[in-house]
Amino acid sequence: METTVSMRTIFMIWLFLSGSLLAHAKILHVGIHQQFITIQAALSSASNGDTIWVEAGNYHEKNLLINKSIYLKGFGYPVLDGEKKYEVISVKANGVTIDGFKVIHSGVSSIEDYGGIKLYDCSGVTVQNNILEDNFFGVYVLHGNHCTIRNNRVSAYSVEEQQSGNGIHCWKSDSLSIIGNTISGHRDGIYFEFVTNSIIWRNNSFKNLRYGLHFMFSQNNTYVSNIFNNNGAGVAVMYSHGVKMFNNYFIENWGDAAYGLLLKEISDSYIGGNHFEKNTTGIYMEGASRINMEKNLFKDNGWGLKIQASCMDITLSKSDFIGNTFDVGTNGSLVLNNFNGNYWDKYEGYDLNRDAIGDIPYRPVSLYSMIVEKNPPAMMLFRSFITSLMDKTEKIIPSITPENLKDEHPMMKRQLN
Amino acid sequence: MKKIIKYVMTDILRNRIVLIYTVFLFITSLSMFSLEDNVNKGLLSLLNIILIIVPLVSIIFSTIYVYNSAEFIELLVSQPLRRKSIWLSLFTGLASSLALAFLVGTGIPVLIYQANNIGFMMIAMGILLSIIFVAIAMLAAVKMRDKAKGIGAAILLWLYFTLLFDGLVLFLLFQFADYPLEKPMVGVTALNPVDLGRILILLQMDVSAMMGYTGAVFKDFFGTYTGVMVSFVAMFMWILFPLWSSTRKFNRKDL
Repeated sequence: METTVSMRTIFMIWLFLSGSLLAHAKILHVGIHQQFITIQAALSSASNGDTIWVEAGNYHEKNLLINKSIYLKGFGYPVLDGEKKYEVISVKANGVTIDGFKVIHSGVSSIEDYGGIKLYDCSGVTVQNNILEDNFFGVYVLHGNHCTIRNNRVSAYSVEEQQSGNGIHCWKSDSLSIIGNTISGHRDGIYFEFVTNSIIWRNNSFKNLRYGLHFMFSQNNTYVSNIFNNNGAGVAVMYSHGVKMFNNYFIENWGDAAYGLLLKEISDSYIGGNHFEKNTTGIYMEGASRINMEKNLFKDNGWGLKIQASCMDITLSKSDFIGNTFDVGTNGSLVLNNFNGNYWDKYEGYDLNRDAIGDIPYRPVSLYSMIVEKNPPAMMLFRSFITSLMDKTEKIIPSITPENLKDEHPMMKRQLN
Repeated sequence: MKKIIKYVMTDILRNRIVLIYTVFLFITSLSMFSLEDNVNKGLLSLLNIILIIVPLVSIIFSTIYVYNSAEFIELLVSQPLRRKSIWLSLFTGLASSLALAFLVGTGIPVLIYQANNIGFMMIAMGILLSIIFVAIAMLAAVKMRDKAKGIGAAILLWLYFTLLFDGLVLFLLFQFADYPLEKPMVGVTALNPVDLGRILILLQMDVSAMMGYTGAVFKDFFGTYTGVMVSFVAMFMWILFPLWSSTRKFNRKDL
């Protein structure tokens, strides 16, 4: 008997509490036949914790400034039009959620960084399920903290880099989650500068004018299962440490200055399980140090990996190199890196004791790739008799190619599928 | 003329070397496609055959054949026949039988495994290279009276086109490394039919290969319809010029 009484008490308390909460959090309806016709009007009579429901339709709100912690929910993708003059939504309060809008035509300026949705100095903001089209910057996070950008479709149609901002641009922020967004046609798909401790997960960034992903001075971020394909110059990451990249796809980044992944001054990082397919250069490394790369697939690239002599303590293991024109390129003879246990489809060695490890080391740098590095027009002799003859001689007696750049334990079979 | 061509062709067939050559091409091409798990690797090995073996067999076989038919040619010359038509029939017989050998030997496996642009370009280049090297061989044979000298010259010419020319190009590239050489290089390739064939095939095959600025320049030229036309014309010039030169020489030659 006693238990039922206490259960009832708890239930009563719960009812009382939830009732009081409901009494505080209003839902304000916006639409042509609703209480409020503009979002701005609803916003001025809202208080923190309220929800604003917006019906489908076109809203010309000029610059919509959100300075209260509200939940802004759109039904049927109500269109917010910046008329090519204004920043569409500016968020200056914590705990705001913007969900289900179509944000189009933000202003373009060379002085102001107008965003489709721009967050100023706030924390706990969520931007989700929105469509952002033809904006200067898509989602712009300035001094954000614990913000989530999730499941948005961001696209733009600029042809010139100067006339275009970045899809998701984050500056001086911490602990962001960028999840499941699709970004195309911007200058950089995702841009980070001074962003720390963030996760970038399952995004798809393609056909951007410059980089699919671009970050600088952004420490301790993790990139998981993103797809970067067909971007003007691939992906470039610079001046950061503690970068972790898992299971990303870097595909079809073609061009003279395009890289699947460009690493410049990156240290203490881990790159594992990624796919580099059909890029001019799979990974280009310059000044990188203490990087562990394993289980990556390099397939059908021009250069699988270009590792400049300025890199040190790079470990490359358990990776597969298949169908690349050149597996590894370098520019000097100094090698402070470790290649071990990779599969190379150009390996011509044997395995007498049948332990699946080749008995003679493999030298992934060919003489011809060194020649092309020094003298690009020599590309004209690609696959000619003389270059293969030179490569064969060089393989037996290395004189120009770095003697220490070799895989001591090359695998006989592919390890990844 | 038809009769002479027919005679030359039956003679070559009876000779059996060309038959063996056909069978060799057929078996190697077939095994290259079926042994490699990666079709591209098979194509690459085939590329080496087209660029090295085909010219070698064409040039050596044709030179020796012309020398060995010296008596037959003398006999024909004594007949009321124009020297030009004798020489051209000899060329047509040789070129068509070697081209046919290539078409059967490599063409069939390629069409089975790779019936696309790459395959067609490979077959076209193989046939053109066969004919070009027959023309070059006949020029070498008509220039030298001595058989040993003639065959030696043929081997040297093959070495030049497949190896020495590229070495020379590499040397020049390094000597003039400070100058923008991409565009002149397009012209330089036309000076060697083997290079021309290689680049035309590679542009069909391996986009990743022709990277960077050089690749872009080459693609801009050879990738276009005009570029392909111009290079085919250049290949035909490589047939016509040696043939015209050797015919002239043969017309005036004291047999």
